[in-house]
Order: sequence, then structure tokens, then C-alpha cells
Amino acid sequence: MTLVLDAISRSVAGEVHSSNISLTLERGTLNVLLGPTLSGKTSLMRLMAGLDKPDSGHLSVDGRDVTGVSVGRRNVAMVYQQFINYPTLSVFENIASPLRVARLDRSEIDSRVRDAARLLRLEPMLDRTPAQLSGGQQQRTTIARALVKRADPVLMDEPLANLDYKLREELREELPKIFASSGAIFVYATTEPSEALLLGGNTATLSEGRVTQFGPTPHLYRDPFDLATAEVFSDPPLNTLTAEKRGSAFAIQGAPDLAAAGSLARLGDGRYTLGFRAHHLELTKPVAPALEIAGTVSVSEITGSESFIHLAMHGHNFVALTQGIHRLEIGEALTGYVDPAHLFAFDPSGRCVMAPASVQGGAVA
Amino acid sequence: MRGSRFVLVSYIVFLLLPIYWLVNMSLKTNTEITGPLTLFPHELTFDNYIKIFTDSSWYMGYVHAVQYVVINTVISVTLALPAAYAFSRYRFVGDKHLFFWLLTNRMAPAAVFALPFFNLYQAVGLFDTVWAVALAHCLFNVPLAVWILEGFISGVPHEIDETAQIDGYSFPHYFVKIFIPLIGNGIGVAAFFCFMFSWVELLLARTLTAVEAKPISAIMTRTVSAAGMDWGLLAAAGVLTIVPGAIVIYFVRNYIAKGFALGRV
Repeated sequence: MTLVLDAISRSVAGEVHSSNISLTLERGTLNVLLGPTLSGKTSLMRLMAGLDKPDSGHLSVDGRDVTGVSVGRRNVAMVYQQFINYPTLSVFENIASPLRVARLDRSEIDSRVRDAARLLRLEPMLDRTPAQLSGGQQQRTTIARALVKRADPVLMDEPLANLDYKLREELREELPKIFASSGAIFVYATTEPSEALLLGGNTATLSEGRVTQFGPTPHLYRDPFDLATAEVFSDPPLNTLTAEKRGSAFAIQGAPDLAAAGSLARLGDGRYTLGFRAHHLELTKPVAPALEIAGTVSVSEITGSESFIHLAMHGHNFVALTQGIHRLEIGEALTGYVDPAHLFAFDPSGRCVMAPASVQGGAVA
Repeated sequence: MRGSRFVLVSYIVFLLLPIYWLVNMSLKTNTEITGPLTLFPHELTFDNYIKIFTDSSWYMGYVHAVQYVVINTVISVTLALPAAYAFSRYRFVGDKHLFFWLLTNRMAPAAVFALPFFNLYQAVGLFDTVWAVALAHCLFNVPLAVWILEGFISGVPHEIDETAQIDGYSFPHYFVKIFIPLIGNGIGVAAFFCFMFSWVELLLARTLTAVEAKPISAIMTRTVSAAGMDWGLLAAAGVLTIVPGAIVIYFVRNYIAKGFALGRV
């Protein structure tokens, strides 16, 4: 089965929720929708499910136009961020519910529900009601209900966001296996770049209702098409500064010129936005020439073995993620260094004209 | 500890005193009631109760009252359920004004509506039937039930509606199988308030009935002047009027507690 979105747009009360989205999702793939809150992930999922109708554009399944078909007549399943179950029914009946409506054979329902319950480790809980389950088990129940229907596509809207850290890790490990065994199209929305990378598959990055890029997940991380994609796919936020290339050097306001070495030398003269990830902003001066950012510390957070340091320079804020514990006073002068090999360069229209060469190991983190 | 217990006990005594006195009177003879003060019946008699249970002009009063209260509660909740769902789930032009207007029906005193109802029911032949009273009480109870149920329905996430849609439920199937059990507490609370209002309402019930459908509360007020002062009989009738309300409260007390915690009440 192939799900094709062709130039789908939808606005509500003058606000653009989805803008000219075209995507082709292939059978048996896992597709991540990645974007910050209000970027249009949920809106896009509701359009895919048929809960909302697009203002323009078409949605087709295996070449059949399903744009106007109501959600009940499509074979979709949806898992919400909140754990949505029927509180008055037992876990068994919750999972069986779509099959009961479809009037399946009693023995068929029983075997399918038990298979799904085994896969999601819900077997001992089948007689309880959802209120008697933990959050993780409640969300497993909704996932089981989505799977048991053999729906295509299965839509998951930030399914792990309301779970605590441990349960999230646990379910996130299991989900790709569950996806692989079902063979359906999975669509998974998340705000966290690291979650997209852990799940793999394909990713569509969303920004302000637009799909900025769609492709294999690691490819989008390493080689973003434009600044919007790189910004969406970066947590902590991508550090950016504007620079002007003249001849063999970049002139950067408030910082020493940077010699355009390596692949940077191939760029033509003009204005660029240079971007780099937080873990590439280092506090020790490297031997090789580096981009120097001299500023003052505005925030310093320690998260166990790593430190987040916010560096202010001429009204710009830069974030450094460094190993180890650095005790720094707010207002203290500090210089950060970026290896030019880790720089992204974007032209004034936002297109990525240069991405760091994928170095072995350290490039994806 | 001691002080608070004293306050509690005296408060309960204060609340129960009139009810005790009513029960006390209902078990006395008229001579003893009108005689010197006695704290408990010296000549215990059940004649007052026996009269009520054997004389159809008395006990039919209870039958009529129960009839119109039950009819009214069923109509009110049945009409209010879809209305409350619409107010909770859909936005339409003037929805908030309409909701407020519904509530304003409760702000008008019943006396305002007594005359138009009387004239209208005379004209269409509903006068002096239990239906007349049941329908008249809907004017107050439907808005109340809508208001209570809207609070409960808004507490159910709309994602449950959507999940059911995705699962393939038709709307009526979903409403009956999933939704109504889900707001069972709310329906219980709404039904209770409809029941209580309709049970204690006197003015409309008295105005809209004459002989065939006269409820107990109207019979009690009329007997005062007709047969002189039969204190004991009136007290017995009063005790029996409290009983159905007390029974209903006993059965729904847990729902009401949940209702206070969850919904609108």
C-alpha cells in the first residue's frame, strides 16, 4: 500500500495549519514527522487519518482517491499523546473494540487480541479496566488496539511524550520491532530529534505547516536541504551567525576573521549563514585554526556528566554542550572554538550550500 | 476534639428537630397534639398512617406525584443528553447565548408560568393529567439537566469520540455503547436533581391539576381548610412525603459525591 499526499493545504480561521504538503509514504516504512510544537504535525496526521478535510489537494491510497472518504470507512488507526482508551471497558474489550464493530468471528477476535496482547506484554492485564493500569500499560493498550485492526496507515501522535523517562526508553526500544513485524505504514510524530534518529526510517521535518524536507532520517540530519530543516533537526538549537565571504576569509561581526580552508574555500563570495551544533562548540583551543566566539556566559547548566553553557556575543546567543562539569560564573568572559570542518553554510535564501563531511563516528550524535 | 464533637452533635440535633417533631406528631392523636407539650407520644397511634394507606383520595396523591416525577425525569434527561453533547462538542453561531438563555428559564419564578400553562393545557385538553405537570416541570428541569450534563461531557476528552470514529463506530452505536456509560455519574446526578425539583414543586402541580391527577402536596394544603385541623393526619402525610426523597438520596449518594468532584453541581 502506498499513501500519497498531493499538494494538501488546510487553514483554520485564517491560520495556516498545513501548507502545500506532498509526501509519498511506502508500504512497510516508518515515517517520522519531526517538528517543534505548533509546526503542524498533529494537523497533518488528522488530515492523513481523514478526521479533517483538506481545503485543497488530494489524498490517495494505492491510487484510489480517498480525500472525501470519512474516517470510519478508511482503515486507519491513531494513537494520541494522551492515553485514550474506553474507560468503562476492560482492556480486552478495548483492544477488541474495532474488531467487534467490524463484526468479526468471535474466535478470530479472541486470537487477534491475544496475539497483540502478547506482543505488547499486556496478557496479565486483559481483565482490568484502563484506570487500573500504569501510564505505560495504558499506552500499550491503545497501541494494541491500533495494531489488532491491521490498519494502514497507523498514526502515532507523540505517543511517548506523556510517559516517564524509563517507560519511554522501554517502549521506544520495542516500537521499531513491532513496526517491522506489522508491515503497515507507520507515521510517528515527535518533537525530539534524538527520538527520530533512534527510530530510524524516514523523516519529514515540519516548520510552520510546511514539510521542509523528506528522506532517510540520518541523511536529513547530516545533509539538511535548508536552514529550516537543520534548525528543526537540532536539539539543543542550532547555533547560527551571519558571515560575509571575501576572497579567502569570512568576515564575522565581533569575531576574528575565519580563514576559508577545506571545503569552505569552494564557496563563492557573498553573505552566508554559518551554523554548527552545540556539541561542536568547544572550550579548549584546538591546534588548527578555528572559528572563535568570544562572549560572556549567560547561563550554565550541569546535567550530570555534561554541561550546557550559553554564551552571549553581540546580542547573539550560542549554546555549547561540553563533556564534564564546568563551573562558570554568569557574566564571566569565555571563548568558544568551532572546528571549521563542522560548519554548515546556508545561502541568503536558506538553502544549505555546504554540510560538514560525515566524519567517522562523531558526526551523528 | 470534645468541643468540635459538641458543635457537630448540636448541629445535627438542630437539623433533625423539625423532622423528629413531624414524626412525633404523626404518631399522636389530635387531642394529644393540641393538648400540653409532650416530647413523645403517650398514646401511640398508627391510625393516621392507616387512613392514608386505605383512603384512595390520599394514597392516589402519592401515585400521581410519582408518575409525573418519573415521566418528567425521563423526558428531561433524554432531551438534555443530545443538547448537552451539542453544547459541549460543537461551536455554532450564538451557542453561548443559547446556553445562557436556557439557564435564564430557571431564573423566572414558577408563578410567572402558572397562568399561561393553565390556559394552554385547558385548551389542548391536558389539564388535570400527570402529563400536564410533567411537561410543565420540563421548563425548569431540561435547562438544569443540560447544564449539569454539559459539565460532565466536557470532562470527556474529544479524542475518545475520534478514537471511536476511527474504530468504525457509527455515532448512535458509540453514544449508547461507550458514551452513556462513561457519563453515568452525570446522568445520575442530573436525574436526581430533576427528581428532587419535580417532587418538591407545589405551585405548578397544584395549578395544573384538579381531581384526577392531584399530587400529595396539593392534597395536603387543601385538607387544612376542608376538614378543620387534622394535625396528626397531615403530619403522617408529611412523613410519607419525605420518604421517597430520602430513598432516592440513599441510592445516589455516591454519584452525587462524584458529581460534586467531577462536574458542575
